Amino acid sequence: MQWQFWIIQTLNSVAFGGLLFLLSSGFSLIFGLMRIPNLAHGAFFMLGAYFGYSLLARGGNFGLVARAAGLGVGLLGIALERLVLRQISGNEQGQVLVTLGVSFIIADICLLAWTGDPMPLPAPLELRRPLFIAGYAFPTYRLVVLAIALVAAVGLYFLMERTRIGAMIRAGVDDMEMARGVGIPVSRLFTLVFLLGSALAGIGGVLGGPILNAYPGLDADMLPLALIVVILGGAGSLLGAFVGSFAVGFLYNFGIALVPDLAYFVLFLPMVLVLVFLPQGLFGRVQL
Amino acid sequence: MSINRRTIIKGALAAGVASQALRIPAAAAQAGPIRVGFLTVKTGPLASGGLQMEQGVTLFFKERGNKLGDRAVELHTADTGGNPAQARTKTQELVERLNVHCLIGPLAAFEALAIDDYVRSSQTPILTVAGAEDMTQRKANPWLVRPSCTSAQTSHPLGDYAAKELKAKRVAVIGDDFAFGHECVAGFQRVFEESGGKVVQKLFTPLNAPDYGTYISQLKPNLDAVFTAHAGSNGFKFIKQLREYGNKTQVLGGFTPVDESLLQQMGDDALGAITGNWYSAQLEFPGNKKFVEGIQRDFKVDPGVYAAETYVACEMLEQAVKDAGGKVEDKAVFMKALLNAKAPNTIRGPMRFDELGNSVGNAYIRKVEKKGGKYVNSVVKTYPDVGQFWTYGKDEFLKNPVYSRDFPLSKNLEN
Amino acid sequence: MTRWNAIWLAVAAALLIAVPAIIGNDFYVNMASQVLIYALFALSINMMLGFGGMVSLGHAAYLGLCGYACILLTINGFDQLTAAILALAFSTAMAGLFGMLSLRAPGLGFIMITLALGQIVWGIAYRANTLTGGDNGLRLPARPVPFGIDLSSAPRFYYFALIVVALALFFIWRFSRSPFGASLKGARDQPRRMSMLGHNVWLIRWLTFVMAGFWGSVASLLFVYYNLFLSPHALGLQQSAEILLMAILGGASSLAGPIVGAAIITLVKNVISTYVERWNTLLGMVFVVVIIFMPYGLVPGCQTLWRKITTPKSTPGNIA
Repeated sequence: MQWQFWIIQTLNSVAFGGLLFLLSSGFSLIFGLMRIPNLAHGAFFMLGAYFGYSLLARGGNFGLVARAAGLGVGLLGIALERLVLRQISGNEQGQVLVTLGVSFIIADICLLAWTGDPMPLPAPLELRRPLFIAGYAFPTYRLVVLAIALVAAVGLYFLMERTRIGAMIRAGVDDMEMARGVGIPVSRLFTLVFLLGSALAGIGGVLGGPILNAYPGLDADMLPLALIVVILGGAGSLLGAFVGSFAVGFLYNFGIALVPDLAYFVLFLPMVLVLVFLPQGLFGRVQL
Repeated sequence: MSINRRTIIKGALAAGVASQALRIPAAAAQAGPIRVGFLTVKTGPLASGGLQMEQGVTLFFKERGNKLGDRAVELHTADTGGNPAQARTKTQELVERLNVHCLIGPLAAFEALAIDDYVRSSQTPILTVAGAEDMTQRKANPWLVRPSCTSAQTSHPLGDYAAKELKAKRVAVIGDDFAFGHECVAGFQRVFEESGGKVVQKLFTPLNAPDYGTYISQLKPNLDAVFTAHAGSNGFKFIKQLREYGNKTQVLGGFTPVDESLLQQMGDDALGAITGNWYSAQLEFPGNKKFVEGIQRDFKVDPGVYAAETYVACEMLEQAVKDAGGKVEDKAVFMKALLNAKAPNTIRGPMRFDELGNSVGNAYIRKVEKKGGKYVNSVVKTYPDVGQFWTYGKDEFLKNPVYSRDFPLSKNLEN
Repeated sequence: MTRWNAIWLAVAAALLIAVPAIIGNDFYVNMASQVLIYALFALSINMMLGFGGMVSLGHAAYLGLCGYACILLTINGFDQLTAAILALAFSTAMAGLFGMLSLRAPGLGFIMITLALGQIVWGIAYRANTLTGGDNGLRLPARPVPFGIDLSSAPRFYYFALIVVALALFFIWRFSRSPFGASLKGARDQPRRMSMLGHNVWLIRWLTFVMAGFWGSVASLLFVYYNLFLSPHALGLQQSAEILLMAILGGASSLAGPIVGAAIITLVKNVISTYVERWNTLLGMVFVVVIIFMPYGLVPGCQTLWRKITTPKSTPGNIA
């Protein structure tokens, strides 16, 4: 095996890991604080990609489009939290049913609104030319997504560790009753976290769009990935989502490159092993 | 072992005639409309192809004023959701509750295979568009015809073209990891290698693979071309990502990757791609020009292979109804007419079925070009009278196992 | 209550037996058979969900394990009864293994292990195409002929399914009423206390998991006998989720709930979809609306409503 192989696949792995972090950090946040397995998260990601497509087609600037789509999906997330999930807090089975129901609705409406054809999101023009590394080409855009993911990770870290809101969220993750007891406005915090988590999914959808395209079934392709990341890394911990994303990136890329026949199991087998031997994931703060 | 379709048909005919004679009085038979059941996918991830199939059928019956021959038509459309169990239920509904005389569809091979035994036992003529080879080969169903093509039917001529005209020597093949992808690749590989080319790399990607970066990075640097057998959004994603990685290798493909319905969205990424197909929106036949205009007018899209295949199915159905003198109630007579139908002027050119019910007609080698600001599949070569057995002959072809990951053997892989 | 229950039961039984005579058309009889099959799937998953609080997203794995085993054994020359018994034994043994793995982690971890195991079975079914036919699936040559009775007609298969489901229902009902069922509920609500009382909570859960796997496998046999075809689509995440949703929609805490849920989802998918093109949206809305107004599912929700109507003295105005 040539050394270029290792370099290129490593780049593939970290770039994919970055995208996965954008996808799964929101899921992890929501689950960590509110114990809600938001199974509509994949649909939010897909909706972000579709919003991105339509806005870019109208000539929007890529950065602005990503933020606008993130805001749109975030508002939808708030609506889901306020109007539906709030009515059934603590009812885990109900949450599974409702969030899957919402993902059915979103997928079906996307089909109606954007037809079934795959829709490409154009990357910003200046990022379309590939970068040459050791004589091998690598898409510049993917490295930019990785950079954005890293910036987002640092930003989230500061939010969680250095701000009042972050402290409140951490307190809520560790012990909800206690947090309520010391007067933390838990209700507003929930809404805020849902906004943030959903918006991250929406932004992830726009940023992932030029790589993956927007197409029906994107939601179902992405949701299991988010779940795997959260399981491997452990829910409710930013570090967990971060490490989990890159672990999955490496597992996926090197797994299928080295042992193509394992392509179907390369993610699920490690997941089972981790859960069997480390039921809280690698960095879990939360009892799953 | 070879299967003689005619003997099966004769048996079926005798049984059909007997039961038919008992059930329906001849006078009443001609009374009502012809009921056509249409199985397609309108929801879920496969809806893209299914909705285009519906466009083809809708346009056809609109043009014909809802008639086949001189009999009125009642069209019943059913959404299978791309799910085999649901396809079976919908087929039962069409046959048992709505008493359709024939079926068009379904989209996917696994759906068609899920209803195969039911189609046989209920003796319902079906015009399918699914690709699975054995449906008209080793496990041929006497009630089924396929007006589109088998998975590998148009890969054969492309293999010939790549070796002889493009003079390609080293090609990598990559496709969706399911029967269609395997079969489509195998047909290309067989003819290409027999004509002197070498398939040096073979990759199959899981259907739900989120990203092809890993695979694309593995492609060898000194290839003459890469052959893709990806369908739907996967073909779209593969070619786009290939170019994203700065890989400018010549793209070859089966009949799914650079479909007209996706071509405008793919833009420059698809330029130069050469594919084998039985159709192109660029074909100059008068019928096709009218068809393309109709689809563009009614649905604001370019027709691709999915819209074309159901339209061709309707054309063959129309021919058969005429040949049978409108007697669709007599299943045996109607099925025989369908198998023997010859249409000289379909949108894909002259067309008939072979003795196992699969299409025989022109195969086109097409190249993506930009004409008048629009991306099109220009026809660069026409192979006339191409059937599912290519030049091998039925008996020799059927002696081999069905195309798969492992057949034909890959002797030239480099690793 | 018991009097009402007995009446309801008698009416339901009479209706179910009369189904083929009432609706006549084979298509609807087949529809009823499918409802029965999915009802058994939902009932089996509900043994874990309703009584044990264990949410599984991998129940369709049994369709793969039992279904493929049954078809492969039949194709390779075993008679239908032997094939069915061996397939059930294999599938139940696998349920034992899956249970040992899944029960290592509680809550979301349990959901995820079951999901992962389901996906692994799906992946094998997909990838091992020389054995399973891959995407193209496998056909079962014919329905079985128990005691010389040909099941190929729609009403006969319906009665066959009805007998099997009735038997299963009886066992699951006994299970829920048994001391074992009670200790399972105890393990759900008060795991620590149950342990202290000397119950082996893990064993109770594991046995439940295995029993659910067994009845899921029986449902899988019915599925394969009905469709005479099996492909990986039947054992994907979508199918597992649907089975789970049936139980939750109808109401996991009741015995009738999963049956009602199975009937609604099966009918929306197969019958309503003929008339409503956006049936996926409709299904999603049903989920959301039901859970908002009846958080614990349709059957418990309706029971509460019924109780409020029949006993007007209790706090009025609380229904909506």
